[in-house]
Amino acid sequence: MAHVMQYLYIIAAALFILSLKWMNHPDSSRRGVFAGEIGMLLAIIGTFIGFPGMGGIGVAFVHNWSWIIIAFIIGTVVGVPIAYIMPMTAVPQRTALSHACGALAAALVGTAEFYQRQPHADTELRGFIMVALVIETLLGYLTFTGSLMAMGKLQEVLPQRPITYRNQNLVNFVLFATAAGLAIRLALVPTDTILFPIFAGLSLLFGVLLIIPIGGADMPTVIAILNSYAGLSACAMGFALDSRLLVVAGALDGSSGLILSIIMCKAMNRSFTNVLFGAFGQVQISTAKQEQRSYRSASAEEAASVLEAASSVIIVPGYGLAVAQAQHKIRELYDSLTKRGIDVKFGIHPVAGRMPGHMNVLLAEADIPYDKLVEMDEINGEFPQCDVALVIGANDVTNPKARTDKGSPIYGMPILDVDKARTVMVIKRSMNPGFAGIDNDLYYLDKTLMLFGDAKAFVSELVKELPARAAA
Amino acid sequence: MATDLELALFVFMLATFIGLEVIRKVSPLLHTPLMSLTNAISAISVVGAILITGSATATMLSKVLGFVAITAVVTNIVSGFLITDRMVKMFKKRGVKR
Repeated sequence: MAHVMQYLYIIAAALFILSLKWMNHPDSSRRGVFAGEIGMLLAIIGTFIGFPGMGGIGVAFVHNWSWIIIAFIIGTVVGVPIAYIMPMTAVPQRTALSHACGALAAALVGTAEFYQRQPHADTELRGFIMVALVIETLLGYLTFTGSLMAMGKLQEVLPQRPITYRNQNLVNFVLFATAAGLAIRLALVPTDTILFPIFAGLSLLFGVLLIIPIGGADMPTVIAILNSYAGLSACAMGFALDSRLLVVAGALDGSSGLILSIIMCKAMNRSFTNVLFGAFGQVQISTAKQEQRSYRSASAEEAASVLEAASSVIIVPGYGLAVAQAQHKIRELYDSLTKRGIDVKFGIHPVAGRMPGHMNVLLAEADIPYDKLVEMDEINGEFPQCDVALVIGANDVTNPKARTDKGSPIYGMPILDVDKARTVMVIKRSMNPGFAGIDNDLYYLDKTLMLFGDAKAFVSELVKELPARAAA
Repeated sequence: MATDLELALFVFMLATFIGLEVIRKVSPLLHTPLMSLTNAISAISVVGAILITGSATATMLSKVLGFVAITAVVTNIVSGFLITDRMVKMFKKRGVKR
């Protein structure tokens, strides 16, 4: 049966690769999910039928069935409602939670292996196995608490602003160096069991301290980095257990997280180290206080007449859309405008929202066709020909200062060229600067109309105004 | 002959490059489902959790830790694949009904 297991593992690894490959297009993506499911099923079956035991291999050597089965049942009972009840606006939190679960599992398996193999430490815990084991537990524990912190920030249980104190980076560095030092010591002398709980505790603490200084707007990058760590800890488990399937699946997850975090960093013109240690949102407090500048505001009725006269409209959504749960109202607006023969598109900035691709999922949920969701690089050429750019709940990603003001913290960040449209309309609660505290020059342009109100309420007023005017 | 470690490193190297190439081609539209899908796939650590819990020599500590680990990753497998499917189902072209 050992051979059967190996072949099932090979097929599973191939299916995982295909699964990710089919995510390249929405048309094949469901097939991708299906391939992943089959791969996972084969891997679990393979593990049972090739189970190693004293004197042989096979399903008969599996002990503690009750523990395993009950754990599977609990996991399923918890998992199904999470998948179906979770609103799409809460997907970033769910993702953070599942990074936490995955990382915790890797860390716990590593811990269990460490203690279980102690009696045979000289053969089973030496050399590279022990190195893999400490990497697995270090990454696992820090990703566990780090992801919980990220989840707390996304759920707004914890403050979204960065939590900072003096010498923060020094404290973090010393803490990490101590944990790494203990890891090296454990790798050299695995029988030093007394050090292990300290090592695990420091890893857990480091995860907390690593994430609390990072602000809510940086969450897309943080989630991607944590995704990568969770994958790498599963990969390290593969090395510790000598399972190539785990190595492959972990490496796929690790490289996916890596690519997404690189994309997110590029979209903010920042480096990894700057995101992790920069405590974004701290420096601008002084610049936020400026003299009052004049702006123009408009009512829903006026805004509706501007929209009605347009022939092309680009809607720019941001995190405010998710907070207000305005996606279905925006769909009504989209329908109403499209019916009038107005060309409506959506300009999506890579870091809009709280995780990579967040806006696309919300708008797709509201049945907006995906060919209308256009990436930043493609849509930017269209703003100069566009009659109205309607910004809903987005701020920094539309700030022209990123192009012009070298002193601005967001200087160099690629933005949506909203200011090049003929008319700009911004739905916003008030003139208060956004999360990062950076004043947006866009709001003071002559062609900009500020529409004050809750995103959902204002869009539904717009929708109401539109048919009324058509009838008149 | 290569040792197990060398073979594993070889596999790791190849899988990383395949991963980087494949993921680079994923549509930015689908970055959120991509993340929940890779998350479900990395719950392959269920293999390690089953091995440690089901072992004949499992101590009480191993059983408890393994139990928690299986529960956590099975939650990820189930919710990860189902929510990814729920998300990708929502992406439709104009005029196409589900």
